[in-house]
Amino acid sequence: MNPLAAVFFRDMRIAVRVGGGALMGVLFFLAVITLVPFAIGPDLALLRRIGPAILWLGALLASLLALDRLFAGDHEDGSLDLILLGRAPLELVVIAKALAHWVTTGLPLVIASPVLGLFLNLEPLAIAAVMLTLLVGTPALTFIGLVGAALAVMLRRGGLLLPVLVLPLAIPVLIFGVSAADAAIVGPVPFGTPLAILCALTLISLVVGPVAAAAALRQGSE
Amino acid sequence: MNTQTSAQALAWIDLANPTRFLTLVERVLPWLVAACVGTFAVGLVQAFFAPDDYQQGATVKIMFIHVPSAWLAMFCWGLMSVAALGTLVWRHPLADVAAKVAAPIGAGFTFLCLITGSLWGRPMWGTYWVWDARLTSVLVLFLMYLGLIALWRTVEDPSRAGRAAAILTLVGAINLPIIKFSVDWWNTLHQPASVFRLGGPTIDASILAPLLWMALAFTLLFLTLHLAAMRNEILRRRVRTLRLMQAHAARGA
Repeated sequence: MNPLAAVFFRDMRIAVRVGGGALMGVLFFLAVITLVPFAIGPDLALLRRIGPAILWLGALLASLLALDRLFAGDHEDGSLDLILLGRAPLELVVIAKALAHWVTTGLPLVIASPVLGLFLNLEPLAIAAVMLTLLVGTPALTFIGLVGAALAVMLRRGGLLLPVLVLPLAIPVLIFGVSAADAAIVGPVPFGTPLAILCALTLISLVVGPVAAAAALRQGSE
Repeated sequence: MNTQTSAQALAWIDLANPTRFLTLVERVLPWLVAACVGTFAVGLVQAFFAPDDYQQGATVKIMFIHVPSAWLAMFCWGLMSVAALGTLVWRHPLADVAAKVAAPIGAGFTFLCLITGSLWGRPMWGTYWVWDARLTSVLVLFLMYLGLIALWRTVEDPSRAGRAAAILTLVGAINLPIIKFSVDWWNTLHQPASVFRLGGPTIDASILAPLLWMALAFTLLFLTLHLAAMRNEILRRRVRTLRLMQAHAARGA
């Protein structure tokens, strides 16, 4: 089998097995969204207005949750050394691992978002908009978080450090994700403009994230 | 990897180049301090006698501290990015020293910029904090400085921390323009131009001259602090290496 595909399916299997954190992110997402009405009151009009922002914030926090396990497990059982020694380019292996991570933690968030959107009294159109922006934007969160995960492995500790390093870098994704969703509902700007920029951010992070993460892993192995 | 031998080997490499650097610092630093004090004297006197703004009154003088701080907050990240390239590409032994000590200084100037900005905002905008695009992006820059300092403080081994910080610095350097752009977009979307801005495209020469002097003075201050901090960091690392060797010898190698 192609080594990249092997890494991808291996990570998928590890994530859905006992002890893997595949559905933990969705549970956390659900918990955060449930907390919001308790914090701001059950005002349906207000919830409808800030709903896309809350969904995005919850998805951002939930995608951070499982991030530090991205390389940590491989580092502990030594398979990271094998990956580093292997013939497949490290950048591509890192992309394969990130994709597996996104499919097991990011994609469930996207799939769960319509149900949570109903809790927040969103219109069907708004739910579709939020779902589409999450589908486009969550890969960017994973690829930005990749850098932080690789640095955390390199530093040998850094579970607490990871969110502090990653969150400022995720600000553009949050801004354009929420403004695209808002644009579809009320906004003065057309939906396409912020969505196109969100796609651009995802593509940029697809290049920058794996290169930086691979550099960090190489430096850490010395 | 044997960290003991690598730390010792690093110390020997360190001794060759940084010693020359230390003698250079000893020679340059007094002149730099004198130049810094001199330009501050000129700049402060000029700022004191600069005319008040016809709308803002004397509060416009906050600008003479605020603008140079903002300039140095950005300059410092640029300097750290160059140092990061020095660490990753050329493996220069002084590069990660330069990057490490620049981070707290840069955070200090960013903090000064935020504080003076909010003190200036109180009489001008009627509030200490506005989610204005510029303020917000400087706040994000401050957060990133703090994250970088936290990273430096997480790891004991300076060379490992240096390489991690270098990667984060370069990722930050790519991301900062993107963050700046998106905050501008966010701001125009949420908050149409309602904030009073410093007037017009041109600044009068009577205000521009002291501003340039103060910018020069602040830059010299930054260079002085940076060189002194680099010297201290080199000495601190030597003490650390000596302690490691001492502990190694005491264990009965």
